Amino acid sequence: MKAQNTSLFQKELLQEAFKQSFVKLNPSVMFRNPVMFTVEIGTAVMLGVCLWILSGEKNQGSFAYNFIVFIVLFLTLIFANFAEAIAEARGKAQADSLRKTREETPAKLVQPVGEMYLNEIKMVPSSQLKKGDVFVCEAGDTIPTDGEIIEGLATIDESAITGESAPVIRESGGDKSSVTGGTKVLSDKIKVIVTTQPGESFLDKMIALVEGASRQKTPNEIALTILLAGFTLVFIIVTITLKPFADYAQTPITIAAFISLFVCLIPTTIGGLLSAIGIAGMDRALRANVITKSGKAVETAGDIDVLLLDKTGTITIGNRKATSFYPANGVDEKHFINCAVLSSMSDETPEGKSIIELAGVKPDTLKVDNPIFIKFTAETRSSGVDFGNIRIRKGASDSIRNLAQQAGNPYPNETAERVKIISSNGGTPLVVSENEKVIGVIELQDIIKPGIQERFERLRKMGIKTVMVTGDNPLTAKFIAEKAGVDDYIAEAKPEDKMNYIKKEQQEGRLVAMMGDGTNDAPALAQADVGVAMNSGTQAAKEAGNMVDLDNDPTKLIEIVEIGKQLLMTRGTLTTFSIANDVAKYFAIIPALFIVAIPSLQGLNIMNLHSPESAILSAVIFNAIIIPFLIPLALRGVEYKPIGASALLRRNLLIYGLGGVIVPFIGIKLIDIVVSVFV
Amino acid sequence: MNTELLGIIFMYVLVVALAIPLGRYIGKILNEENTWLDPIFNPLDKVFYKIGGVDSMQQMTWKQHLVALLSINIVWFLISMFVLTNMNWLPLNPDGNSSMTGDLAFNTSISFVTNTNLQHYSGESGLSYLGQLVLMLWQFISAGCGIAIAAVVFMAMKEQTSETFGNFYRYFVRSCTRILLPLAFATSIFYVFNGVPMTMEGKGNMISMQGDSVQVSRGPAAGFISIKQLGTNGGGFFGVNSAHPLENPNYATNIVETISIMLIPIAMVFALGYILKRKKLAYIIFGVMTLGFLLLLMPSVISEMNGNHAITKMGIAQHMGSMEGKEVRFGSAASAYWAINTTVTSNGSVNAMHDSMTPLTGMFAMLGMMVNSFYGGVGVGFLNFYIFMILAVFISSLMVGRTPEFLGKKVEAKEMKIAMIIALLHPFLILVSTSLSSYIFTSNPTEYAGWLANPGNHGFSEMLYEFTSSSANNGSGFEGLGDNTPFWNIACGIVMLMARYLPIIGPVAIAGILAGKKFIPESAGTLKTDTSTFGLMIFAVIAIVAALSFFPALTLGPIAEYFSLK
Repeated sequence: MKAQNTSLFQKELLQEAFKQSFVKLNPSVMFRNPVMFTVEIGTAVMLGVCLWILSGEKNQGSFAYNFIVFIVLFLTLIFANFAEAIAEARGKAQADSLRKTREETPAKLVQPVGEMYLNEIKMVPSSQLKKGDVFVCEAGDTIPTDGEIIEGLATIDESAITGESAPVIRESGGDKSSVTGGTKVLSDKIKVIVTTQPGESFLDKMIALVEGASRQKTPNEIALTILLAGFTLVFIIVTITLKPFADYAQTPITIAAFISLFVCLIPTTIGGLLSAIGIAGMDRALRANVITKSGKAVETAGDIDVLLLDKTGTITIGNRKATSFYPANGVDEKHFINCAVLSSMSDETPEGKSIIELAGVKPDTLKVDNPIFIKFTAETRSSGVDFGNIRIRKGASDSIRNLAQQAGNPYPNETAERVKIISSNGGTPLVVSENEKVIGVIELQDIIKPGIQERFERLRKMGIKTVMVTGDNPLTAKFIAEKAGVDDYIAEAKPEDKMNYIKKEQQEGRLVAMMGDGTNDAPALAQADVGVAMNSGTQAAKEAGNMVDLDNDPTKLIEIVEIGKQLLMTRGTLTTFSIANDVAKYFAIIPALFIVAIPSLQGLNIMNLHSPESAILSAVIFNAIIIPFLIPLALRGVEYKPIGASALLRRNLLIYGLGGVIVPFIGIKLIDIVVSVFV
Repeated sequence: MNTELLGIIFMYVLVVALAIPLGRYIGKILNEENTWLDPIFNPLDKVFYKIGGVDSMQQMTWKQHLVALLSINIVWFLISMFVLTNMNWLPLNPDGNSSMTGDLAFNTSISFVTNTNLQHYSGESGLSYLGQLVLMLWQFISAGCGIAIAAVVFMAMKEQTSETFGNFYRYFVRSCTRILLPLAFATSIFYVFNGVPMTMEGKGNMISMQGDSVQVSRGPAAGFISIKQLGTNGGGFFGVNSAHPLENPNYATNIVETISIMLIPIAMVFALGYILKRKKLAYIIFGVMTLGFLLLLMPSVISEMNGNHAITKMGIAQHMGSMEGKEVRFGSAASAYWAINTTVTSNGSVNAMHDSMTPLTGMFAMLGMMVNSFYGGVGVGFLNFYIFMILAVFISSLMVGRTPEFLGKKVEAKEMKIAMIIALLHPFLILVSTSLSSYIFTSNPTEYAGWLANPGNHGFSEMLYEFTSSSANNGSGFEGLGDNTPFWNIACGIVMLMARYLPIIGPVAIAGILAGKKFIPESAGTLKTDTSTFGLMIFAVIAIVAALSFFPALTLGPIAEYFSLK
């Protein structure tokens, strides 16, 4: 699912969007967008003018000219609606493909009797499941709806949602108790309680958000709409007052010219694309497999100052890995490595596996008779293997030291020294003994994810402070923090530490984002300005956050921040572009308005446009076609570059500000050359 | 180099050189820091607080500041209405001038209350000395109010969360006694020594060279002129303002008067830098203002020095440039320099007749007033600039991928609404009122023929200029307009009122609301407002909002005239 829909326009989407562009002409819908609403009024007036000319009016220019102006204005509306419709269609298509996974599936409902649940099972369609119902899923069943496991453990294939083929384990209690509708149980049996009313799952909310029915303007969108409405008002004043001015100067101006001037001056480009940009932002989040609960959350993500990241899984690869073998003096290295492998043969932990991996020796190639494996216990704090008369143990340094010293063997100095060095480097030493004699040390290290330093560097350039949260002791935490390049860390972190850290940063005026999965993360997720809950997390965590990450990928936060920034930037740059366009449009239309009455104003016609009619037509045509030209940019978003705010402003001002001044001069001139062939 | 040009370069360098230390001084006064003048002024200020019956220690919210400002203004408006309509029997009327009509008194009072000083009368015959003195007092009060209200915004821009920003009465009294009064005193003395009258006696008798006996008007002019220039008031003591030989006798007084126009407006920007401890921000603001000023100034000076194209075509050499309506003692460059100085700052005094300037100079003078924030009026110029900064911050923050914030405070829908209304107001007032007058004129050109001295494009410029000047609280006239009629008196009065108070209320409200918000520390992702890139952005916003909305109107006025003269 991740790979699909990479092309911006697909045939079926285009058809749907095309249909919607006409539906959206309904004035009560258009009213939400003040800029385009005024264009609609202008279009209606032009239609009236056309009819007026047909009924005999002579002073408004030819019918053909007026009709073309009407058509171009109408197209401006259609283009703007199309932008919104295509964004909606894309978002909907994306959401639909998720929704497909939760089509009607039979559910094994557990019948309640009062407080009790009988073991009787009734088959019902998934759409009939209500919040609080309990159902059962066995191997091979598709989970009918979102819920939380209350009994049992199962491996689940979540590939329908995440695209990740490796099955995951979900079990009752703990932080991995959530299941999602549409995923498949591969083994075992679970009892699940339904956590959402039908039609109220996150996905349903997201779809509604994209479809527009429940889409509300975000605070920033409202502020920007005010700005654009203000510009529209200025130009209403400019256009209306021009009438008495022109009468004074005895310069008759046609209605078509007035309306063209007005439509060209108001910021139709950004006005037409504004809602498409907002929807595309949510859609981009969805493409990154993040469900946002509001458009505001995406916007806020762009403002984030502090990122709280869990160490494990985000900064380091899951678990520690063996990185080196250090045999004690007088011990053959090969022998030591073989012993280390033997001691880890039955060790199912990732650490144990990594030792075998590092050794590069297959355990079954070693000759061992009737091995007895000694399991790790909290008491001995070591594990190992006995065979024949050989006893190999592997464990924390102090427990092996005790073992050796109790047997009367010395604890070698170089081993003690090595243990110290490894600890201070942020690693974990494991000491190995053979028949209670210390034979060497294995070094385990946290493996920092490749490329993570560069990502943090990128974040730093964006002005975002990264904070690593870990249960490690401060020494290890500091070492890893420095190595990974995070700005701060919380060591030996308890859930309330996260909360306190967030509160402290917020009191200083910063916006904080965090990711969490557990129930004990829920308060912090709610407190954070952007709280991303993992889909695998508990229902409480998902309710508390304002986004849900379907991939359970802790590095997703970084992408979310960039999506937020892109959204804001796209708005800003297109506003700038739209307003900068006015310069050229003025120079096209103003001389055209007055040139007949005041021929000396030819000096203002710096583009040397063919005639007043061709000048006005070129300006409105440019104004209309720039919208579809910019739809791809609006949907894809302006690229964010972490080069510092001032450099970014300079860059965007150059591209969209200066570009916005120059492009329409060229565009209008080119259109005029074409138009002048016909006029 | 041409001495005329050297003259104006000298004036500009001098005003900036003086404004920098003055800015620091103003900053200290507003910050309530100790200065060496304290022993003189502390007791004096206390007297004012006592007479006014105000609590000078009360910390005020932004709303309380506005209430204080408006109440000062209303009280003095009533007093001046009374004096102007009853001058004939009140004392200090040696020339026996008559009282004003109701509509003229309304226009004049508003005009001085609002720091506009649009004059639909001539000082020589229209006012008694008492009337002149009341108006002179107004020139102090309106300028003092301007500095005080700017101080409120400065304090609100500090890096903290606060609901109160000092005491308005303190800012006001301290601005008057410690900034305006000393400067006005010093310049008055200079004018007196250069021959400007300062007397309470009536008209003097002079025998002219031809042997005729001439009655020459005089009065307490030197004191009036000094504050007229320093407070960006601009209302002249005599009808023709600083073109009058007794109001601006020589090039030396012309230098001092010209410098006085821009001195405090520029100093206010540096005062901002001092108070906020953001010198770089002050320099960026100064830079943007200067860029705009120079872009208006240079073509104007060139245009005036090149003379009138139409006259050149007649084969008449114009070595001194276009001298129609100018004083020979100042020349074309210094007159053009003054014209742009007085229009960008909302001063409005003139030393040459703007009606007679070449069309381009007329246009740039109007543009200066349309923008009204390249230095701008005392205090209020910055407030206008502040609105443009808010708009620029909004768009450029988005362009760097942040929701908008200005000096650590989030700019949201409410502030945008206010900023947009204020940004709209100026074009609205100018265009709507000019279209109203155009409509009335067009509906019956013979009945209203007395309005316009010139037909066609120039006549249109006369109307546009009058309303632009009113809305910018500038007060200069294009003249050639028969403006002492009820329509012009009342229409201009209403425009002046709205254009004075709404652009004060708006920025104060925005600054007050922002100050109450949580302070957000700067990070690498934050838009920096003290960079030249952001300065450029402000300039672009000003150019597009302020200039583009007037393009069609200017096309029918000065631009059409310019091309028709070519």
